[in-house]
Amino acid sequence: MDSSILQKRKKIIATTHFGARSFKNHFFFGIVLLLSLITISIVFLIIGTLVVKGYHQINWSFFTQVAPDTFDAMMANASGKIIPGGILNGITGTLLLVGLASVIAIPFGIVIGIYLYENATKRYANVIRDITDVLQGVPSIVVGLIVYLWVVVDITKGYSVLAGSVALAIMMLPLIIRSTEESMKMVPTTLKEAAIALGTPYYKVILRVLIPSSFSGLITGVLLAVSRVMGETAPLLLTTLGNSSVNWNLAKPVSAVPLLIWQFYNDPNMVNLIWSSSLFLMGFVLLLNILSKWIAAKKSIQ
Amino acid sequence: MATSTSILSIEDLSIAYDRDKYAVKNVTATVQKNAITAIMGPSGCGKTTLLRAINRMHELYPNISTEGKIKLYGDNIYEMPTIELRRKIGMVFQRPNPFPTMSIYENVIAGYKLNGIHLKRTERDEIVESTLRDVTLWDEVKNALHKKGTFLSGGQQQRLCVARALAFKPEIILLDEPTSALDPVSTAKIEDLLVELKKHYTIILVTHNMSQAARISDNSMFMYLGELIEYEDTKTMFTNPKDPRTEGYLTGKFG
Ligand SMILES: Nc1ncnc2c1ncn2[C@@H]1O[C@H](COP(=O)(O)OP(=O)(O)O)[C@@H](O)[C@H]1O
Ligand SMILES: [Mg+2]
Repeated sequence: MDSSILQKRKKIIATTHFGARSFKNHFFFGIVLLLSLITISIVFLIIGTLVVKGYHQINWSFFTQVAPDTFDAMMANASGKIIPGGILNGITGTLLLVGLASVIAIPFGIVIGIYLYENATKRYANVIRDITDVLQGVPSIVVGLIVYLWVVVDITKGYSVLAGSVALAIMMLPLIIRSTEESMKMVPTTLKEAAIALGTPYYKVILRVLIPSSFSGLITGVLLAVSRVMGETAPLLLTTLGNSSVNWNLAKPVSAVPLLIWQFYNDPNMVNLIWSSSLFLMGFVLLLNILSKWIAAKKSIQ
Repeated sequence: MATSTSILSIEDLSIAYDRDKYAVKNVTATVQKNAITAIMGPSGCGKTTLLRAINRMHELYPNISTEGKIKLYGDNIYEMPTIELRRKIGMVFQRPNPFPTMSIYENVIAGYKLNGIHLKRTERDEIVESTLRDVTLWDEVKNALHKKGTFLSGGQQQRLCVARALAFKPEIILLDEPTSALDPVSTAKIEDLLVELKKHYTIILVTHNMSQAARISDNSMFMYLGELIEYEDTKTMFTNPKDPRTEGYLTGKFG
């Protein structure tokens, strides 16, 4: 990153001939450089802090054991040892919640996204598009409240995986709808026409040509939506609450990594686990982001 | 014009975009079987619209309206299911557009795949080989059948697209300026191919390249501002055009 900035700077210097203009250019370039350096250092500070404070808690048991109770943590702290246990209940919970949310949101989002693409100019499509934007703007705590009313109170009669997944699915939906529509737009119309000219029924044009041709775009959109909701905490507090053990029952409460972080934060004995859990969450989300960028880049080379 | 068997008759066809913007005006013509019919005319005169009306691809535009009839062997195509019609009348587009998610092999039998028609392995192999031979592509790709079609050169891709359009053994093949994106060598190959194909198929070719029409077509239509100005056998049209507008176009005064 640094070297490309330097190169740009050299270019600017090389192409500037007049003193006043050169001064202005340098002045604004200096400001941009300063602001971008601040931004970059924020990112490195976050990652650095998480690594420095969290790495020594990350070991085998971190991934294979559930969160310790506060007494064990206190004893470990008192004798200067590493806090025992791990975040297995959070990891499995996050995977279950996000997995179920994807199962709900992906088909919904892709069908609606394809509808918007196919009927781009219809009034009804514009209405859906506007409502999608509104949905994307709903604060996550509000989504949590609504799902609490709909699912926790009425359906599962208590905090549950299902409720948490519905909340996350609602948050993923607008992202998937939009990314589906955008990646469909990238498919050349000539491919669609080629399929139609072969006498292909409409639904097969969608299933066999449009979706495969935009597949990497669809995957990228889904991955970004997943990484976006993976760290959500507020809606989960209102819908799945947490669980001190591993749970696979959809009607029962479950833990999640961000919920555990919140829990550790509220327990003075567990402070050390905050950093390792955050490091894990951050790393996972970063990985998804890199993966989606990689898929998108691979596609654009083709 | 030669009065051998006709396969298609266009009867008083008018097509408008946005209700009243007529792109094709009162066109009446019959198309000769096993011949190459060229549609010529300056850009914007309605060639593409007329061609797409023949397999009803023009209906993909939401703002289109169609009056008149087109009959294939006497049956009005506007009363046929479009899916059935498009299997009888295939189409090749201006730019080569093989399916990028499919191999060369799969592209040739794409019509079957996309229509959910199951073929036995031997049938598939047979169709792929014979069709690729028909478009003179077999020797060039027989060792790369399972590579993506998008790796081929532009000319090879276009021949692959012709192969794809042939797989259902259609009655008619429509081509919309199929060589406009190709180099002269590839263009010559496609032209030779079309001349070869007319033994078994009827070919309707939109071209804005007059010499191409002169080289390979049997009959030629000249369109101007949506009207069919002149329709003759190609030799007559080029040597003795009846309408001054045709003459103007052929002598390069406009277009
Ligand atoms: N989708 C469309 N909507 C509105 N007008 C169109 C559309 N496609 C073509 N036209 C108009 O119809 C006329 C004929 O176009 P076209 O059939 O493409 O001509 P050509 O193929 O001879 O260049 C042109 O005036 C063009 O602007
Ligand atoms: Mg055209």
